[in-house]
Amino acid sequence: MTDSKYFTTNKKGEIFELKAELNNEKKEKRKEAVKKVIAAMTVGKDVSSLFPDVVNCMQTDNLELKKLVYLYLMNYAKSQPDMAIMAVNSFVKDCEDPNPLIRALAVRTMGCIRVDKITEYLCEPLRKCLKDEDPYVRKTAAVCVAKLHDINAQMVEDQGFLDSLRDLIADSNPMVVANAVAALSEISESHPNSNLLDLNPQNINKLLTALNECTEWGQIFILDCLSNYNPKDEREAQSICERVTPRLSHANSAVVLSAVKVLMKFLELLPKDSDYYGTLLKKLSPPLVTLLSGEPEVQYVALRNINLIVQKRPEILKQEIKVFFVKYNDPIYVKLEKLDIMIRLASQANIAQVLAELKEYATEVDVDFVRKAVRAIGRCAIKVEQSAERCVSTLLDLIQTKVNYVVQEAIVVIRDIFRKYPNKYESIIATLCENLDSLDEPDARAAMIWIVGEYAERIDNADELLESFLEGFHDESTQVQLTLLTAIVKLFLKKPSETQELVQQVLSLATQDSDNPDLRDRGYIYWRLLSTDPVTAKEVVLSEKPLISEETDLIEPTLLDELICHIGSLASVYHKPPNAFVEGSHGIHQHSADQFAIMKQYFSVLQVWLPATKAKGLEIAGTFSRRQGHMYMDMTFINKALQHMTDFAIQFNKNSFGVIPTTPLPIHTPLMPNQSIDISLPLSTIGPVMKMDPLNNLQVAVKNIIDVFYFSCLIPLNIFFVEDGKMERQVFLVTWKDIPNENELQYQIKECHLNADTVSGKLQNNNIFTIAKRNVEGQDMLYQSLKLTNGIWILAELRIQPGNPNYTGKKKTNATAFSYKLMVHIF
Amino acid sequence: MIHSLFLVNSSGDIFLEKHWKSVVSRSVCDYFFEAQERASEPENVPPVIPTPHHYLISVLRHRIYFVAVIQSEVPPLFVIEFLHRVVDTFQDYFGVCTEAAIKDNVVVVYELLEEMLDNGFPLATESNILKELIKPPTILRTVVNTITGSTNVGEQLPTGQLSVVPWRRTGVKYTNNEAYFDVVEEIDAIIDKSGSTITAEIQGVIDACVKLSGMPDLTLSFMNPRLLDDVSFHPCVRFKRWEAERILSFIPPDGNFRLLSYHVSSQNLVAIPVYVKHNITFREGSSQGRFELTLGPKQTMGKAVESVLVSSQLPRGVLNVNLNPSQGTYTFDPVTKLLSWDVGKINPQKLPSLKGSMSLQAGASKPDENPTINIQFKIQQMAISGLKVNRLDMYGEKYKPFKGIKYMTKAGKFQVRT
Repeated sequence: MTDSKYFTTNKKGEIFELKAELNNEKKEKRKEAVKKVIAAMTVGKDVSSLFPDVVNCMQTDNLELKKLVYLYLMNYAKSQPDMAIMAVNSFVKDCEDPNPLIRALAVRTMGCIRVDKITEYLCEPLRKCLKDEDPYVRKTAAVCVAKLHDINAQMVEDQGFLDSLRDLIADSNPMVVANAVAALSEISESHPNSNLLDLNPQNINKLLTALNECTEWGQIFILDCLSNYNPKDEREAQSICERVTPRLSHANSAVVLSAVKVLMKFLELLPKDSDYYGTLLKKLSPPLVTLLSGEPEVQYVALRNINLIVQKRPEILKQEIKVFFVKYNDPIYVKLEKLDIMIRLASQANIAQVLAELKEYATEVDVDFVRKAVRAIGRCAIKVEQSAERCVSTLLDLIQTKVNYVVQEAIVVIRDIFRKYPNKYESIIATLCENLDSLDEPDARAAMIWIVGEYAERIDNADELLESFLEGFHDESTQVQLTLLTAIVKLFLKKPSETQELVQQVLSLATQDSDNPDLRDRGYIYWRLLSTDPVTAKEVVLSEKPLISEETDLIEPTLLDELICHIGSLASVYHKPPNAFVEGSHGIHQHSADQFAIMKQYFSVLQVWLPATKAKGLEIAGTFSRRQGHMYMDMTFINKALQHMTDFAIQFNKNSFGVIPTTPLPIHTPLMPNQSIDISLPLSTIGPVMKMDPLNNLQVAVKNIIDVFYFSCLIPLNIFFVEDGKMERQVFLVTWKDIPNENELQYQIKECHLNADTVSGKLQNNNIFTIAKRNVEGQDMLYQSLKLTNGIWILAELRIQPGNPNYTGKKKTNATAFSYKLMVHIF
Repeated sequence: MIHSLFLVNSSGDIFLEKHWKSVVSRSVCDYFFEAQERASEPENVPPVIPTPHHYLISVLRHRIYFVAVIQSEVPPLFVIEFLHRVVDTFQDYFGVCTEAAIKDNVVVVYELLEEMLDNGFPLATESNILKELIKPPTILRTVVNTITGSTNVGEQLPTGQLSVVPWRRTGVKYTNNEAYFDVVEEIDAIIDKSGSTITAEIQGVIDACVKLSGMPDLTLSFMNPRLLDDVSFHPCVRFKRWEAERILSFIPPDGNFRLLSYHVSSQNLVAIPVYVKHNITFREGSSQGRFELTLGPKQTMGKAVESVLVSSQLPRGVLNVNLNPSQGTYTFDPVTKLLSWDVGKINPQKLPSLKGSMSLQAGASKPDENPTINIQFKIQQMAISGLKVNRLDMYGEKYKPFKGIKYMTKAGKFQVRT
C-alpha cells in the first residue's frame, strides 16, 4: 500500500468527498483525508476551498497530522488571509508547548505564513522563542527572523529582532551561531543597511570556534561571512587562515570551496616571503583537485572557480595539468571548461602532453568541442613560443584529415599564428590553398583571404585565388567582403602591373554596388589613397603591424581580484562582477539598464573631489546617481602614492537629506600604487538631518592606512526624486489649488530647444512625472509632480511656446521654507 | 537561499514541486526546458541557468532532474551539494530513487523536504537524525500503522541534533557488536593508442558499517598513511589527531556511513591492472572494417580480474558488426552504435578476445572519429594504491566487537583510446 493511491481520482466530486472525509468523526479518516489533500496540492490542484476544514484538523496531539496541516497552511494562507487568522491561536499555544520539538515546529511554520495581518501576532511568541532555553528552538527562531524580514522588514527592525539576532552570535551553541549568521547575511543582502554583521575580532573568534562544531551547512555560512572580514594585520590573517585550513579536508565540496575563498583572499595580506605563505599555497592544490572527482555539476562549478584561481595564482595548479584532461564521456560543459584551463596552464614544460591531448580531442564526435580543441592548439602556439612549430605541424596533420569543420577551424587559427610569428611558417601556405574550395564558413573564408592578401608576393596565383572569391562578392558576409577588399588592395600594391583590373573591379563593387556603409567608406578610402599617392598608400596599407598579444581572454585584474573575493558564488560562475547579481535580486531587467544609460548621460561626469596633492597620493573622483530606486555614490579611487593603501573607510557629516552610506566601502583588497578601483556606494536617507548651505552640500571623510582626509561635494538633487512620484490627477488638482501663493515660485528656463513631449520624456527619466498636458492658446502646458525621499511633494506647471526657446515655469510645494530653496536648485 | 524545488523527469514533466518561501510559478522551468531541448544528451544540460528573476541550479541523477530555484546570491555548490543530499536521502529511504518511488511515497517525501530545509536553510540532512524524525517506510511498518493508527513521524526531539556528536543517536544497543570497513578504490585512467598511460588516478573511499552499542570511540591506523595526503573526512573524524599522528580517531555514526574519501593523484605512480590490445581499422573505399580486441591482466598481484565489461561507442557510419568472442557475450545496438561485451573473469592462461568485422554504409567515406574503449572491472581483496589498514581499536566501551576489513578495486572512468 503506497501513497500513489492518493493521486488517483475517481470522480469529479473529489473536493466534495474530501470535505466530507475531513469532517469525519474518526481521527484515522481525517488523517487519510489530509494526506489526500496534500497529494492533490503537490500536483498543482487547487484545494484551497477546503481551508476551513483542514484548519479544523489542526487541534490534534498527533504530530504527523499536525505537520501535514502546517504544510497545507503554508501553501494556502496567502490566498485565504482571513481564514489563516483562525490558525493564529493554535500557533501561540504550540509555542508554549512543553515539548521543544513542537515549539520549534510552531515557530518555524509561523514564519512561513506569508500574510501581513498575521505577522504582528507572531512577534511575541517569536521573542520568547529567541530566548528559549532549548537551543533547538533558538536556532529555529533565528531563521524565523529572516523569514519575517522578508515579509515585513520594517516591523523586524522596529521590534528589535535584529539586535536579538546579533546577540545570538555569542550563543553557546554552535548551531545557533551558524543560523544567526545565516539569517543576518540573508537579511543584509536584501536590505543593504550598513553594519548588520559588525565583524570585530571578538565576533570573529566566536565564529571560528563555532566553525569547528557546527554542521557542514553552518560552516558554509560562517566561512562566507569570514571572507567579508578585513583582518587588521598579517598576524590576524595568518591565525584565521590556520583555523580555516582544516576545512579543506571536508567531504562537502561547498565547505571546501568557501574555505578556499577565505584563504585566497587572506593570502593577499600575508608576506610573500614567509614560510607560511608557501605552505598555504601548497595546501590549496589537493582539495581543488579532489573537487574534480565529484559529480559533474560539482566539477563544473569547481572548474569555473579554478579558472579564476589559475589566472590569479597559476603556481597552485601548475603541476596538476593532467587532472584537466578530458574524458570522452564528460558532459560537454565540463569538457569545455577543462579545455580552457588546460590552455591557461600550458607551458613549455608540459606542452608536448597538452598538444597530444588536443590532437586527440580534435577527432572526437562533438563538433563544438572539436572546434574548440582546434582553436586551443592555436592558442597554445601563440602562448608558448617554443611550441609554435609543433602546433603548426599538428594543425597541418589535422588539415590532412579533410574533415570539413576541422580544416576551417584550423585555417582560422593559422591566420592568428601568422600574425604572431610573421614570416616564419609561410611554407605551409601551399597546403592551405589546396583546401580553398571546402571553406564555406565566413570566418574561415576571411582567414584564408587575409593570408593570401598578406603573403601575395609569395603566392604565384594569388590574383586568381582572390578573383575566384570576387565572383560571388555580394553573397558574402560583410566580414569576408571587407577582408577581400583589403586583400586585393594589398595584392595590387605588391604586384601593380598584373592586378589593376582586379582592384578596379573590387573598388567599384564596394563603392557603387554595395549599400553597406562600412564597406563603401573603406572602399572610398582605398580608392582615394591609391589615386592620390600610391607611395603613401603602400606605406599605410603594408606597414608593419603590431603582433597580437599572448592571451586575449584574461579577465581584467581589478575584476579578477573582486571575483577572487567571491569564489564559490554565482558571480564566480559567470565571471561577472558580484553587484550585477545583487541588482538581479531586486528584479532588474534590460530596460532599466537602458534607463540607467540615459541617467548616466546626464550625471555621470566624474568630478575630482579629492585631488592627490591634498591627500597624500589618494585621488577620489566621483558622481552621484540613482538607479533602480536606489541612490549610489559612484567613485574612482586612484592610488598615486608609492605605497599600497588598505583599511579604507568612509563617513558622512550630518546633512540636509540625512544621506548615509548603507554599506562600508567595498574595497577589500589593498590598492597598489598606480592602481585604481571603481566602486559604487549605496546610499540611504535614514541618517541624521542637519541643514547645510548650500542645501545639497555633503561633507565626507575618507580614511585609509595613511591618514584621514576631508572633502565636500554637491549632491545633484535629482537623485532624491523617487520613482513613485506620480500623483493622481485628482489629487494633483486639489493640492495645486490648496497650496497658498506664497509657496509659489516663477522662473524662466532659457534656451531650451525641445518640444513638450521630449521635455516630458527627459524629465520622466529623472522621476519628474507629467500628470497632464494641455494646449492653451498655442502654448503647451505641462503639469508635473515629483516626490523627494523625505516625502515632500513638488508640483510644477511648465508653459512651452513652440518656437520660443524660453520656458516659463511655476512651482508650488506644500512644505515649508526648506522646500523653497529646493526648487531653486531643481532647474 | 533555496527558494523552490522542482522534480522533472526525462520526458520534461514536472512531477513534484516544493516551495520553501513564496510560491514560484512553474513557468520558471520553461527556461530549463529550453536548455534541455538544446542539449544533445540529457547529461549535457548546464547545471546553472540564469533567468530574468531567478537562477535555476540542477543536478541530474537517476534520470530525474532536481531543479532548485534561487533568487539571490547563493553559493551554487551549496545548492548542488544539498540536491545530491536529497537524492541520497530518497535512496536511503526508498531503496531506489525513481519517479515511481517518489510518487509512491509522496507524503514521506514532503515530510522529508520540509525537515531538510527551513526557509531555504538546511535543517536536518544527516540520515540518522532524519530517521529519528521520520521513520522510513517499510512494509511491516505500513501494515502496523494501518492497524494501530500510529504514524511515521517520531514523537521525540531528535537528540543527536543538539549533542556534540550530532551524527550519533544515544542509547544504541546491539546484541552482536560489529564494525566493518570497506576500502574501495576506483581507478580512473586514460590510456593512449600505444598502451602508455596518459593519466591515472585513484579515488578511494572507506565505507563503514558500524553496529556498536553505546558510545564507542574508535581508532584506525594504516601501514602506509603517507599515501593519504589528499583526504576528505566525515565530520566525526578528529582532524587534529590526524594532522599530528596520522591516525583516524572518531566516534562513529550508527549504521552505514562514509568515513573518508581520498585521492591518490597522478603524481604518484598508479598501477594499471589490465591491458588492451586493439586493432580497429577502416580502409578507404571499403565497406568493411576490422575489429580486434584482446584483454589481459597486468600488475594485479596475483588477484583475479572479475566482472569485466567492455563497451565502446562505434562511429556513426557503422551499420552492423559481426564479431566472435572467445568468452562471454556481446551486443551491438545499431541505433546508438554502442558495442558492449560482457567478458566476465579474465583467465591469464587464455586471454579473452573479440574479433571480427564491421560493416559500413556502402559508399560512405571512412569514419573520422576513433572509438574509445571503456572498461569496467573489479578486483577483490586488493587496494590498487597499496593502502593497508594496520589496526582498529575501540575505547570507551567494555564489550569485544567483531571487526572486519575488506579491500576492493574497481574501474572508475577507465578509457582506452584507439
